[in-house]
Amino acid sequence: MAEPGQRNRPLSPFMIGSAYRLQMTSASSFGIRAAGLAQIAGIALFVAWLLSATISQECFERVNWLATSWLGWLVWILSAWAVWFHFLGGLRHFIFDQAKMMEIRTAERLGWAMYIGATVLTVLTIIVAVV
Amino acid sequence: MRFITPYKRAHDLGAARRGTAEHVALSTSGWALAIIVPVFVFILARTLGSGFEGVRATFSNPFVAIVTALFLVVGLLHFARGARTPIEDYTRGFLTEALILIAGGIAWALMATGLYALARLAL
Repeated sequence: MAEPGQRNRPLSPFMIGSAYRLQMTSASSFGIRAAGLAQIAGIALFVAWLLSATISQECFERVNWLATSWLGWLVWILSAWAVWFHFLGGLRHFIFDQAKMMEIRTAERLGWAMYIGATVLTVLTIIVAVV
Repeated sequence: MRFITPYKRAHDLGAARRGTAEHVALSTSGWALAIIVPVFVFILARTLGSGFEGVRATFSNPFVAIVTALFLVVGLLHFARGARTPIEDYTRGFLTEALILIAGGIAWALMATGLYALARLAL
């Protein structure tokens, strides 16, 4: 192990804005991290909702009121988008791990495919939920 | 500012101290979740808004209960492991260690709570 205390290094993301222009490849890389972390909110709401169904009907009705209010639906819809974005980004990582489709134009198209695909799949999910 | 990492800080298990095992574990759980998550998302989408009895009936179905259990275990382990990457990239020192512990704690607490609720509904 190296000795600790070597801290005079820049902290990421130190180049964005000053020396580096945000572009699709980095926006999709940053997005997959944010989408992964954000999913904990939807999972917490799901677990609270599931737990309430084991306690009592009265308790469930209260949590279910929140989960099906406009705020609840906003959390579900944003979670669905984050899930699908992270899902498509993960598939992209499996492709990149094979050292395939790494040309800049192709990588940028894959980034656009993540944003557009996640939106399409979210709309599909909403249709499945409502119909 | 030092932009170059000394070799001895990077060799063996690397700066994150977990080596390539971290990448392999995230990839394998990722492959599992690529199958589990779409199934779970559509089950949840169909169940939301179905009321007390509807929700209890759905999660007492064996297939739904097993998919939900897999989602909770594999998904939250993937979260606890995956959250390390941005934490290690964007923070330093004590804050890094604290955030990794907090992310892991939240993941394990949600996993245990979810599995308890599922057992109560399914068994």
